[in-house]
Amino acid sequence: MDVGLIVSTIARALAFSTPLLWAALGEIYAERAGVVNLGVEGMMILGAVMGFIVGQSTGSPWLGLLVAAGVGGLAALLHAFISITLRANQYVSGLAITIFGLGLSGLLGRNFVGVPLNNAMGFVNLPGLSSLPIIGPALFTNQYLLTYLGLIVAALLWFVLYYTRLGMTLRTVGESPVAADVAGINVIRVRYLAVVFGGVMAGIAGAYLSLAYRPSWGENMTNGMGWIALALAIFALWDPLRAVGAAFLFGAFFTLSFSLQSVFNPQLLTLMPYVFTIVALIIVALGKGGRAFGAPEALGQPYERGER
Amino acid sequence: MLERFGYRLEPRVNPPGHIVFLITLAAVAIALFLTGVLFAVFGVNPFQAYGTILNKTLFNFRGFTEVVRKAIPLILAGVGLVLAFRAQFWNIGAEGQILAGAVAASGFALFVPLPPFLMIPAMFLAGFIAGGLWGFLPALLKVRLGVNEIITTLMMNYIALYIVRWLINGPWKGQSTTGFSYSEKFERAFWLPTLGTTRLHWPTLAIGILLALFVTFLLARMKLGFEIRIMGESPNAARYAGINFFKTTMLLILFSAGAAGLAGVGEVAGIHHRLVEPNSISLGYGYTAIIVALLARGNPLAAIGSGLFLGWVFASGDIMRVSLGIPSQMTGVVSGLILLCIICAEPFMRYRLVRGSSPPLSQTETEVA
Amino acid sequence: MIRAAAPTPTAVKTASLLSMENISKRFPGVLANDCVSFDVRAGEVHALLGENGAGKTTLMNILYGLYSPDEGEVRLSGELVNFRSPKDAMNRGIGLVAQHFHLARRHTVAENIALGLKGTPFLFPVRELSERIRKLGQKYGLAVDPNARVWQLSPGEQQRVEILKALIQGAKILILDEPTSVLTPQEAESLFKVLEQMKAEGEAVIFISHKLDEVMTIAERVTVLRKGAVVGMLEKKGASPSQLAQLMMGRKVTPLRQKSKPPLEKAALSLNDVWVRNSRGVEALKGVSLEIRQGEILGVAGVAGNGQGELIEALTGLHQPHRGTISLKGKDVTTLSAKGLFEAGVAHIPEDRNHMGIVPSMSVAENLVLRQYRYAPFARGEMLDWKEVTRFADTSIKDYEVATPSKDTLARLLSGGNVQKLILARELSGDPKLVVAAHPTYGLDVSAAALTHNLLLRQRERGAGVLLVSEDLDELLKLADRIAVLFAGKLMGIVDAETADREQLGLMMAGVEQGLGDRGRGSESV
Repeated sequence: MDVGLIVSTIARALAFSTPLLWAALGEIYAERAGVVNLGVEGMMILGAVMGFIVGQSTGSPWLGLLVAAGVGGLAALLHAFISITLRANQYVSGLAITIFGLGLSGLLGRNFVGVPLNNAMGFVNLPGLSSLPIIGPALFTNQYLLTYLGLIVAALLWFVLYYTRLGMTLRTVGESPVAADVAGINVIRVRYLAVVFGGVMAGIAGAYLSLAYRPSWGENMTNGMGWIALALAIFALWDPLRAVGAAFLFGAFFTLSFSLQSVFNPQLLTLMPYVFTIVALIIVALGKGGRAFGAPEALGQPYERGER
Repeated sequence: MLERFGYRLEPRVNPPGHIVFLITLAAVAIALFLTGVLFAVFGVNPFQAYGTILNKTLFNFRGFTEVVRKAIPLILAGVGLVLAFRAQFWNIGAEGQILAGAVAASGFALFVPLPPFLMIPAMFLAGFIAGGLWGFLPALLKVRLGVNEIITTLMMNYIALYIVRWLINGPWKGQSTTGFSYSEKFERAFWLPTLGTTRLHWPTLAIGILLALFVTFLLARMKLGFEIRIMGESPNAARYAGINFFKTTMLLILFSAGAAGLAGVGEVAGIHHRLVEPNSISLGYGYTAIIVALLARGNPLAAIGSGLFLGWVFASGDIMRVSLGIPSQMTGVVSGLILLCIICAEPFMRYRLVRGSSPPLSQTETEVA
Repeated sequence: MIRAAAPTPTAVKTASLLSMENISKRFPGVLANDCVSFDVRAGEVHALLGENGAGKTTLMNILYGLYSPDEGEVRLSGELVNFRSPKDAMNRGIGLVAQHFHLARRHTVAENIALGLKGTPFLFPVRELSERIRKLGQKYGLAVDPNARVWQLSPGEQQRVEILKALIQGAKILILDEPTSVLTPQEAESLFKVLEQMKAEGEAVIFISHKLDEVMTIAERVTVLRKGAVVGMLEKKGASPSQLAQLMMGRKVTPLRQKSKPPLEKAALSLNDVWVRNSRGVEALKGVSLEIRQGEILGVAGVAGNGQGELIEALTGLHQPHRGTISLKGKDVTTLSAKGLFEAGVAHIPEDRNHMGIVPSMSVAENLVLRQYRYAPFARGEMLDWKEVTRFADTSIKDYEVATPSKDTLARLLSGGNVQKLILARELSGDPKLVVAAHPTYGLDVSAAALTHNLLLRQRERGAGVLLVSEDLDELLKLADRIAVLFAGKLMGIVDAETADREQLGLMMAGVEQGLGDRGRGSESV
């Protein structure tokens, strides 16, 4: 086996997994609070387009990133309002935002199609670590800052979820909103915050694509990555650390589908990740470890006080 | 909060039909109003814009046929989705099922030697089955393993997309002079007849209307329809009633996804006459059909109406682009707006505004611990 | 309505830790609390007695801040309070152990107790708490492992968690809502010991129940609610069970045992060494063998969760035994599905009326054919004959007196009693060989319960076998010919209902095997 191939696969997989990870982490927090957000794809693409526009116009990709996060959060706020306050069907609400977001992003970005970003987020080489043999070039050379930030955020989110009061509150809201309510927790507020957080993360994920990874804008540039992030959240069993591994796995698969192009047909390879997503869901469904692992009990159900 | 004004929100136990209709209508009206606002943002006078659109779509024969033409796949897929949603099967995969139908039809037209009078029915049958099969895996996974069908059907969309791309760039690649990829053109005899000089392929429309009638009949009068309704409205009661979830779900998906497949047949046999870029075939019809089905609120015949409405939205999109200079992505925005408005309108159907602060005591008992 | 003399206002206020005065609360269509006054003192257990629907839980939900009263006041030690949320109530020292626990099942015991607890640290919230939980558990006799996950605990242990939670949060007034509904008689005794300990420590306890004997055992005072109003408040010293029963029912209640002919010797149903695994793969029914004779009502007693559910599922085809056989009138029906068993002549009155027995969003007529729609005359080939359905619906509604505006009314608009009538009309229409009735009178008012009993007795008369699963020992003693007891999936014994005594049944329900020689030994607490 060619070492160079392995190294470059790992490196590319890492880079590719970044948007999946950011979006999946956000979705994990939203679903842990009990709300499903099918609008991830829409929030990602809005983040991508707004991030690009702001980044291009102001010359600062980091400002673009900030705006993208804000836009994702705003769209999520709408989703939260519809599904939490209005208690409408949260699946449809998310879907509506995705359809709307895809259309709106195409509209907003129509003058920027194919335009390369003037000042993109560049590579980062971790000093010292990048000169290590094999893992140096694989993990620590020529990655984006957002990739490393993503890993740090994942670790942080994992810690908060299991070892702090905030995380416990969040989990309770998703497992048993009644128990949370009786304990004096404001279920509505926690859910709003979790959903908006999910949107912010999705926005950042989208901005990564247009500001760093492929610094440009193209219609539908997320290409279904938001949906894959959703599947990732499930595949990772709603655990932030597992999400890192899962995202990397999916990233590796995408990358391999490109690099093995000479051996396999390109179109047939590009569809493999989607097939793999289905396989992943099957594996999760088959391996249900009883009550210990599984979706948060109140996932997808609107909370109405008085329904006991 | 409302109490201060002497009003109160009371949950409505059973929303009457006319309330549902009026509120839905209001939601759509608001969406169209917001669209007008968007027109203004693009520097186009909304009244003028709507005027032009209405003129060219409703008061113009060709324009009207375009509306109907765009409505055909929406009606077909929409009716299929109405059926699926009645069973709480969230089929987001109509897009891919349309493509599956298109592929099957193209396969027959290009490679299966059949006389013309057999070919067209064969294409429809093949498309129906192919569409149904495309929904088969997500349905199986849902019934046997409880896998969420929203994501699986969605993934199947992307898989279908890439399979079509592979076909038109690879094994089915046709002679192309324009640089775009597509398959060979079908024989003229395999083209669906159209209405006069328009592009309205009426056989597909007829099939769509027949399907709507059939599904209405199915739900109202057939055992399968009864079972589908029970499954959707109370899975526990369905178990208790001894309903075979597997059989019922498989039949359900056959019809639902098959209907979308028929739409795909219509598109390639009636309009393009070849297998083309998937995004040109399905055009987002699969996702829009979801809006059609939701607007129809469980009634297959109403899906004809909502299908025509969304068809009108699509046709308007073309007019907007050509006559008003508004970009084509506007259609996606408008569709999304309509969907958002409909679901925001739901709570208004569930509650009603009542004057006064204490509810009147009524005769019916309610169990309260 | 009889109102016993209310206690003098001023004297009570100063001595009471808590007093609720003239509380009224309305919900759409019902007056849940009608001018109710209630108080409790420190070191006292004051019971709130009443049937299902009398308004007890509503009153306590008001006290606990979940609802706000339309009229009336609540005072703590004389001071007027207005609780807007459970947190307010908790902060003022009121703890609630609800009938349906408010626990997050995937959390640990310590995490559940930490919820909403003041002073919980931000980082590592449960470390110190675990120790406190252990200590307090020892003190009161409520031992439980702080690191266990709630889904792993038995209902009795889960209740301990709820009580500990209330105590750790500083409750001075503890509300227990039907606490023994999930306990065996022996576990209930343990609970009473815990309550005695609390009384000694100065806690006030509000004990909500519909069980006369318990209330007589544990309470100093008893307030009886009926249809939302207080009908009497008695001190334990002078009260007798029949007095309380009279207040609760509103009329003299004499337990009737109406029996006519004895059952036949032939079996309607027999189970032979049946083993059923539950949804988690654990054995829930272990080698059960029993027989239900034709023309007999066999009662099944036992605290919920000991295999009754699985027994019902096995008999109605919702779940199959992996070992053993089930025969219906001699025919092997072990592997039949729900559909098959219905066709074979097994009627099922399900426990979950609203989510299994009917489809709430479908009409009364449609629900009446929920199980038979496949067969003639309702179906011809693949199609349904709605005319026949309508005809059947009209007859059924009339015969069973289902109170509904029309046969096209949605089933969810019917009251509980009428839903049950609908189900009975449907299930009993086919002249079943076996009727499986799971908690059929749960939550029903007195007349609906009486109708249900009559219908079951009528089935017995016509020679069907009836399996009656119930947590209400009185119901079983009144209706059944024999009573079987399940504990942890095993059949502990079957006794003749006429000669059975409650203590013996209670012991069996708690897992103590009963041979004839043990009867003199008396109960031993576990």
